[in-house]
Amino acid sequence: MTSGIDLQGTFIQSLENFGIPAGAAKAVWMPLPMVIMLVASTVGVLVSVWLERKISAAAQQRIGPEYAGPAGVLQPLADGLKLVFKEDVVPAKSDPLLFTLGPVMAIIPVFLSYMLIPFGQNLVITDVNMGIFLWIALSSVVPIGLLMSGYSSNNKYSLLGGLRAAAQSLAYEIPLALAVMAIVLMSNSMSTIDIVNQQTGYGILGWNVIRQPVGFVIFWIAALAECERTPFDLPEAEEELVAGYLTEYAGMKFALFYLGSYVNLVLSALLVTVLYLGGWESPVSVDWLAGLAGVALDTPWLQVVLAALGITMVLFKCFVMVFTAILIRWTVPRVRIDQLLNFGWKFLLPVALVNLLVTAGLKLALPFAFGG
Amino acid sequence: MNLAEGVQFVSMGLLIATMLVTALGVVLLENIVYSAFLLGGVFVSIAGLYLLLNADFVATAQVLIYVGAVNVLILFAIMLVNNNRAFAVVEGTKVRNAATAIVCGGIFALLGTMVVTTPWAISSVPASGNASVMKIGLHFFSDFLLPFEVASVLLLMALVGAIVIARREFIPEIFSPKGEDEALMLPERPRDLVGSGKD
Repeated sequence: MTSGIDLQGTFIQSLENFGIPAGAAKAVWMPLPMVIMLVASTVGVLVSVWLERKISAAAQQRIGPEYAGPAGVLQPLADGLKLVFKEDVVPAKSDPLLFTLGPVMAIIPVFLSYMLIPFGQNLVITDVNMGIFLWIALSSVVPIGLLMSGYSSNNKYSLLGGLRAAAQSLAYEIPLALAVMAIVLMSNSMSTIDIVNQQTGYGILGWNVIRQPVGFVIFWIAALAECERTPFDLPEAEEELVAGYLTEYAGMKFALFYLGSYVNLVLSALLVTVLYLGGWESPVSVDWLAGLAGVALDTPWLQVVLAALGITMVLFKCFVMVFTAILIRWTVPRVRIDQLLNFGWKFLLPVALVNLLVTAGLKLALPFAFGG
Repeated sequence: MNLAEGVQFVSMGLLIATMLVTALGVVLLENIVYSAFLLGGVFVSIAGLYLLLNADFVATAQVLIYVGAVNVLILFAIMLVNNNRAFAVVEGTKVRNAATAIVCGGIFALLGTMVVTTPWAISSVPASGNASVMKIGLHFFSDFLLPFEVASVLLLMALVGAIVIARREFIPEIFSPKGEDEALMLPERPRDLVGSGKD
C-alpha cells in the first residue's frame, strides 16, 4: 500500500536536488502538513458555525443568515472579524495571568489532537502508536483550562461553570474511554490508521458501527458531553449561570473558547468517523471495484482518485455527524446537573463496561468477525 | 549530531528546566491555586521525559491519569473549599521554613549521592517501542500479578470509602458544639455503619 505517490519523499528529494542537506529538507517539509491541518480545522469551524446557524434557523422556521455572501456563508467570517475588533476586557479583580492562560490551555489540546486524524492511508500528520489513547489523554487536559478560566474570572457564575465543566468531563471521559477500548480490542492496535484498516475491505458491512452499535451510541453521547453541547451544555447554561466560565470573557479570548468548542465538535465527529464509520472507506469498497475493473491499485491516477475520494468520504461522514449534533442541540432540552451525573455514572458507565466485556467474549468466540 | 538528536537534546533541556521551575513553584508559591496549576506543569514535563525515553504508553498514561484526573481533582477540591483568605501569620515560621529547607536539602543530597554512586545496570536491549503495551500487559498478568491485583483492591477500598464519606448527612440545625472546639466538629447526624447495630 505504501508504493505509488509519495509526496513527502518527492518534496524532500527535490529540495535535496537543490543542494539542501537532508535534515534541513525534512525540517522544511514538516510544518507543511501541520499548517494545512490547522487551516483545514479552522475552515471546518467556519463551515460548522454556518451549518449551526442555518440548521437552527430551519428548526425554528426562520431563514437565518442571508446577506453575508451567498446563503450567508460568510456570516461566520463576519462573526470572527467582529470578535477580533472587540475590546479585550480583563475584569479588574480577576487574576490576569490565569485569565489569559485559561482559553489557551483549553484550545491547545484540541488542535493538537488533529494530528491523529487520518484522511487516507498516508494522509495523516503522524501515525502515533498510542493514537486514540493519546487523544483521550489530551482531551482530559481541557478541563484544567476551563477550571483556570472559571477560577480567575472572580465571578461566582464562572467558578460554578468551571466546576461543572470539570465534573462533567471527568464523568463522561470514562464511558468514552471504555467505548474506545472495545474498538481497540477489536483492531489490536491504538493507531488510528490500523483502526481504519481493520474496517476496510467489505464496504459498509465492515464498519465498526455494525459490530459495535452500543459502543457507537455511548461514544457519541459521551463525545457530545465532552464538547459541552446541548443537551449537555450545563457549564454554560444561560438561564442558570449567565454563561458559565465564559461570563467575563470578551474579544479574542472569548473567540478562542468559541473556536475551541467548534473545533472540538468537528474533532469528535471526525473520531466517530475514524472509529465507527470506516474512516476514508466508501460504503462500497473501491479496492474491490478496482479489482473488478482490473486496474492495479498503485496506478497513479487511481491513487489520486482514491485520495480525493477518501478525503471526501471522511469529510462527508464527519459533517453528517456534525449535522446530527446540531439537530440534537436544537431539538432536545437541556438535562439537569443531577440527571447528567446520574446518567453518566449509573447508566453509561455500566453499559460501557458490559459492552467491553461482551466485545472481549465475542472476540474469543468469533475471532474471524471480531479481530481475534 | 543530526537533526533528530539535536531536537531531542534541546527538548530534554527544556523539559528538565520546566520541571524544576514548576516543581519549585509548587513548593514555594504562597497561592495554593497557583501551586495546583503548576503541579500539572510538573506532570506534563515528566510525561515529556518519558516520551524521550521511548516510553510512549507510560507518557500518555501519565498525562491521562496525573494531569487529567489527579490534578483536576486537586483543583476541584481546592476550588470547592478555597475561600480566598490569606493564611494567618503563624509565629516562628522562619524557624520552621529553615528546618524544612534543611531536611529537604538533606534528602536531596542523599538521593543525589545514591543516584551517582549506584552502578546502574543499563540494559543493552533496544527499547521495545511499539510493542511496549503488550509487554506491560504480559507482565501485569504474569510476574507482576500480585501488585496489580493489590492495587485494584486498594482502589476498591478507596472507592467504598469515598462513597461512605459522600453518604454522610449534614444537618446544620442539630449542630451544637457543647464546649468543644468548633473547628474540629463535623456538623453531621451520627449514623449507624452499614450492617451493624439492629440485630
